Amino acid sequence: MNNLGYCHAIEEWMGIDIPPRAQALRVFFNEMHRILDHCVCLGPGLVDLGALTNLWYLFNIRELGYELIENACGSRLTTSYLRVGGLTRDVPSDFYKKAKTFLKESPKNLTDVRRLIERNRIFVERTRDIGVVSKEDAMAWGYTGPCARASGINYDVRKVRPYSGYENYEFDVPLGDRGDAHDRYMVRIEEMVQSLRIMQQVLDNLPEGAASTDDPRAFIPPKHETYDNIEALMNHFKLIYEGIRVPKGDWYSFTEAANGELGFYCVSDGSGNPYRVKVRPPCFAICQSIEKIAVGHMIPGPDGDRRKLMNIIAGELDR
Amino acid sequence: MDGEPITIRKLRERFGGEVLDVQRRPGDDAVTLKRGRIPDIARFLRDDPELRYGYLMDICGVDYLDLEIQPRFAVIYHLYSLEHGHRIRLKVPLDETDAELDSVVPVWDGANWFEREAFDMFGIKFRGHPFLRRILTHHQFVGHPLRKDYDHGKRQLCTEVWDLEFE
Repeated sequence: MNNLGYCHAIEEWMGIDIPPRAQALRVFFNEMHRILDHCVCLGPGLVDLGALTNLWYLFNIRELGYELIENACGSRLTTSYLRVGGLTRDVPSDFYKKAKTFLKESPKNLTDVRRLIERNRIFVERTRDIGVVSKEDAMAWGYTGPCARASGINYDVRKVRPYSGYENYEFDVPLGDRGDAHDRYMVRIEEMVQSLRIMQQVLDNLPEGAASTDDPRAFIPPKHETYDNIEALMNHFKLIYEGIRVPKGDWYSFTEAANGELGFYCVSDGSGNPYRVKVRPPCFAICQSIEKIAVGHMIPGPDGDRRKLMNIIAGELDR
Repeated sequence: MDGEPITIRKLRERFGGEVLDVQRRPGDDAVTLKRGRIPDIARFLRDDPELRYGYLMDICGVDYLDLEIQPRFAVIYHLYSLEHGHRIRLKVPLDETDAELDSVVPVWDGANWFEREAFDMFGIKFRGHPFLRRILTHHQFVGHPLRKDYDHGKRQLCTEVWDLEFE
């Protein structure tokens, strides 16, 4: 998902066209990671409220997702499946089977969680009207993503400025109206449902074709060409030794990551290494407001019920 | 000036003396400004009914030392208007000897940590910031790690325990 943000930033600046199959698979895995991220937010968040069982149900989904991405790119947690210009490789032949299992099993787990939680008095009392963030505050603090939408801000980069072909899929953007922890939970649950909907649409209409661009500026040529063709060989060397040479300039590009707008402000000096890349992580903006929101609440409040349902990722803070 | 995006047009009308340069690219417009009246400009951009830049997405510093651009530093603001869907990037060049400008925390609360980060990484001072202290590096740290002349192989250990206070 973060890969997508950075690849998109480079591709947008260089004007590289991505083949439809690669776009569709990117959307598929992006939405899958959105679901996995929300599982990690909600699972441990609910454990902090004493609702342990949900963790196993939600991590069932996560395990299925790990299998799927491991199958495609070889690693489970620190995945790197995307490259500037497309994907590292096409999905393996048993992808369809595994993807169908994911789409079949995930809703069951999700339903189990919802049945356990949504009419549970302890959950409702510990989240309703806790950690309320008004629409105005959310905007002033720079909230984006599910936390902003829980406060009623209708902002989703996938709708506002579609990338990777998001305009071709039908999905709804859930909004909350109170901006409390309960709304943040509900928005995330609904986003998972919508993500599953998008994944199903991708799978139903997955185009055939290449999984990466043949643009020589960005992508290493196929092996047989590297061996038989001098230009391809040189191109291969250039790309390996110098990296992708990005034209001079500065630009800002953004995508909708699981927690909000993930922006990349890049300054390029025209070489194969970036001169300056500033990551705009969604959690950095959200985390700074906790100090203000926590005032007047009990300690288990900010830490358990609220911090988790805001989903602060430490890696996004110090990068 | 016809065909200019409304933000740039209004900035020229209202703060003509402050605009140094305009860079136009669809969806990624940028305006270079003098540092003097940044909070006024920020307030104007936020409150003007035709602009309403309610979102401050990002503040970051850039060190142009290796690109040999003068002045050496710049502070970059990314703004977004939810109501109108506009985006604008503000660039404020800053001289090395006098890398200071006014804070925009009074305009957008969310500027707080972003300005602290720019201070920590580049040593740019934001006047009027409520709590301008290092945010990512520790309290014994010397220098500013994202400056291009910082020796990135240097290791700085934190040897003293510091009383954590509620920031």
